[in-house]
Amino acid sequence: MASQGLISDFEQMLGKENVFSSEADLQSYSYDSAVLEPVIPSLVVRPTNSEQLAAAVTKLYENGIPMTVRGSGTNLSGGTIPDKSETVVILTTGLTRILEINSNDLYAVVEPGVITAQFAQEVAKSNLFYPPDPGSQAVSTIGGNIAENAGGLRGLKYGVTKDYVMGLEFFDATGALVKTGSRTVKCVTGYNLAGMMIQSEGTLGVISQAILKLVPPPKASRALMAVFDNIQNAAEAVAGIIAAHVLPCTLEFLDNNTIVRVDDFTHAGLPREAGAILLIEVDGHPAQVEDDAAAVEKVLKENKATAVHIPKDAAEKFKLWEARRMALPVLARCRPTTVLEDATVPRSQIPAMMKAVNEIAAKYKVEVGTFGHAGDGNLHPTFLCDKRDKEEYHRVELAIDEMFDVAINLQGTLSGEHGIGTAKSKWMEKETSRGTILFSQRLRRALDPKGLLNPSKLVGI
Amino acid sequence: MDSLTSLAQRLMALDDKLTDCMRCGMCQAVCPMFGASGMEADVARGKLALIGNMAHEIFRDPDALSDKLGRCLLCGSCQAACPPGVKIMDIFRESREVVHEFLGLHPAKKLIFRQLLGHPKLFNLAMSVGAPVQKLLFRSSNDRQGTVCAPMLDFMLGDRHIRPLAKQSLHAKYGFLDESRAPNKLQVAFFPGCLGDKMYTEMSEACIKVLHHHGVAIYMPDTFACCGIPAVSSGDAKGMLNQLSCNLALLANRSFDYLVTPCGSCTSTIKELWPEYAERLDDTSARVAKSISDRTMDINAFLIDVLHVEPKTPKEGAVKVTYHDSCHLKKSLGISAQPRTLLKANENYSLVEMNEADRCCGCGGSFNLFHYDYSRKIGQRKRDNVVQSGAAVVTAGCPACMMQLEDVLSHNGDPVTVKHPVELYAETL
Ligand SMILES: Cc1cc2nc3c(=O)[nH]c(=O)nc-3n(C[C@H](O)[C@H](O)[C@H](O)COP(=O)(O)OP(=O)(O)OC[C@H]3O[C@@H](n4cnc5c(N)ncnc54)[C@H](O)[C@@H]3O)c2cc1C
Ligand code: SF4
Ligand code: SF4
Repeated sequence: MASQGLISDFEQMLGKENVFSSEADLQSYSYDSAVLEPVIPSLVVRPTNSEQLAAAVTKLYENGIPMTVRGSGTNLSGGTIPDKSETVVILTTGLTRILEINSNDLYAVVEPGVITAQFAQEVAKSNLFYPPDPGSQAVSTIGGNIAENAGGLRGLKYGVTKDYVMGLEFFDATGALVKTGSRTVKCVTGYNLAGMMIQSEGTLGVISQAILKLVPPPKASRALMAVFDNIQNAAEAVAGIIAAHVLPCTLEFLDNNTIVRVDDFTHAGLPREAGAILLIEVDGHPAQVEDDAAAVEKVLKENKATAVHIPKDAAEKFKLWEARRMALPVLARCRPTTVLEDATVPRSQIPAMMKAVNEIAAKYKVEVGTFGHAGDGNLHPTFLCDKRDKEEYHRVELAIDEMFDVAINLQGTLSGEHGIGTAKSKWMEKETSRGTILFSQRLRRALDPKGLLNPSKLVGI
Repeated sequence: MDSLTSLAQRLMALDDKLTDCMRCGMCQAVCPMFGASGMEADVARGKLALIGNMAHEIFRDPDALSDKLGRCLLCGSCQAACPPGVKIMDIFRESREVVHEFLGLHPAKKLIFRQLLGHPKLFNLAMSVGAPVQKLLFRSSNDRQGTVCAPMLDFMLGDRHIRPLAKQSLHAKYGFLDESRAPNKLQVAFFPGCLGDKMYTEMSEACIKVLHHHGVAIYMPDTFACCGIPAVSSGDAKGMLNQLSCNLALLANRSFDYLVTPCGSCTSTIKELWPEYAERLDDTSARVAKSISDRTMDINAFLIDVLHVEPKTPKEGAVKVTYHDSCHLKKSLGISAQPRTLLKANENYSLVEMNEADRCCGCGGSFNLFHYDYSRKIGQRKRDNVVQSGAAVVTAGCPACMMQLEDVLSHNGDPVTVKHPVELYAETL
């Protein structure tokens, strides 16, 4: 618990209704979506404008109190779990204004607590498009998306959050305002500090405002589903699609275990014998979409797809995507604990990675179902277990360790989109180098001399 | 100490259900309470974490827990949207029961739930005294919804614009109704629910008119007790069991084909909770409750699925009507198409959809009593959606929602009337 003095100072600064100190409230900010132990903070504060946010950071800096910034708390790597019991959590959920949507210059200016899907909806009303669509978009915040560099289903064609950040305002550890980037497509004024803040996981500063790029929406889209006997054929089809110079906006796959589990649950009549399903969507100008869909269909057939389904209308298309939408919910229902990973490999290495994942699961006798973004090599091996069974959970941890080794050997990465937090920090050096860790730590210490911003996250400080 | 241990043990039993929560936070998108307060402790993820910590005896403040659990409309929106399908409503009910057993019910609530609702005769008496007396207390608030505000009862009611109690309750008007089945026709038990009996009597009478029009005979005893949902919501299992025994006695050994109700909350309680709670009574009760549950239907669903009422094309210049999906109908029972079809059965109306039609209206039964400020805030969003739809009439399949809609619309001075879909259908007969 924070001292009474600190509590009343914050109450004065932010209003009583924005300072949470009861035990019940503190408990509810002790966790996020990562499978990690909770840590209860000493105080939770909710600034409702930039000035208050600056004042809160300054106050904590002056008192040498560690701080964790929190959006919706849906990250999967422990980024918002307080570092220690003295930590004060700063909520961005009171900073929810969309300040500008500019359809002439194709950008928007938002506060960090704006919810991703609500923002995308507002943008759509101006007939514009904000493509990053993490699976959590109905609840995640833009600040959290930037601080994690969130990806989504549309990554292959449209890129990820970093491709849409034109500029940022943030407060450094001392509470000083930093501005970087601008409302212009081109801007080389000073360091690209916005680039540094992207995927910084609350360790370098507190984002208070973002200028985001918008694009014209595609006029048409077309979905296809293809069934394959094995993952190798599916992967060759993916390579074939890219080689045919078609860039689908989404290119998703489900493995056999996921297909069977989803079919058990939905009785949708999925091909239970299939080694893999690919779900593909092309979008753009109507004529282009027709051409692309035809080209994709041809490649699929040439690459031993045993069946290709093309939905006739919106209802059928919705149904087709049901299998993908249900993948995580269904897997999550199988066992009490769901460990959702996001090891990512170069596209061509998907078969090798999938083979390794399944062999490792068999070796450690753990259940895994894999689905993911075949277009960009971002896999979601999902381990199903019961954390209360210590022995089983230990086997899951060993399996995940080994899986990361394979991903790194295949020149892939630990995390395509879920971040490092505390969950994956121990593997950082393996993928990068000792020098990378030291460089990052020196950078942090220079910018945050008291080591207050999410100190134990990422590389530590 | 004993009660503490038993409390801890019962909470431990919840552990299995609790571990299903993967902490994904997706419930934030749909929770009306979280939408209004933005506090994590108010969303299912936060409440489940609190309950979990309690079970593990980390958390030792049952008062605070009870308070936090009470900040919830039990609307089921979270459960309907929960990816791993956590049995959130079971957990909330069970923990409310446990916590309240431990804390002891608030004396006033005890009186209401255990005495009044549990003893229908007493409840009816209190209400019939209430109706003439309230004329002295309420004054009309001059609005389309025909509600009244109660300056003299401010201390109890706050600034609610609720409609007055019916001059004559349904059961007083109809007495013990037991019509015999016509050849090849159906007989239904009609369960009007407390609000259908005492407040929204014209809705109930519309139901009776419609059933008669279709040649359906009605069984309606005049001593039904409350369905039990208010008691369950405040964790009062004893009160629920009381009311349940009372109702089972009236419904056992009866050969009605269906039990129909115009109230989504009653329907879901009878279908889902009666069998569960009846198991705590005895084998016979359990059997009866199961058999009733199997035959229970929402009246909209009954009219469409069993009586096959057909939709029509709206006339030129038809009045715009919109429909609010009550949580208990849509999220608990999956009923959303039938009320809409029923609305289309009256060609004088044309259905327009509002945004977020299935977002909770903010009533939540006793939530409204104890958290009126939040209830109003949540209701305001619903009101905005209703008004934006441009409809002159808003309908809902649950009188509790109707009461909430009337309250928020009246406070905003909106010229929108509130009806049950059956009332619009009845206009055609
Ligand atoms: C079901 C589910 C599906 C998901 N799907 C995807 C997916 O498809 N793609 C994907 O990339 N991720 C996905 N995620 C992970 C997660 O939702 C994203 O990382 C998201 O961006 C987190 O947003 P948030 O608002 O919840 O951030 P939080 O979890 O609150 O915070 C995340 C990190 O950002 C920091 N932070 C937050 N706000 C600020 C700020 N204003 N300034 C500085 N730092 C800040 C925090 O300190 C923390 O380190 C998924 C998660 C779940 C539970
Ligand atoms: S949606 Fe379900 S699993 Fe996810 S946090 Fe909420 S209750 Fe838990
Ligand atoms: S039942 Fe309704 S109010 Fe309660 S936590 Fe779930 S969504 Fe929120």
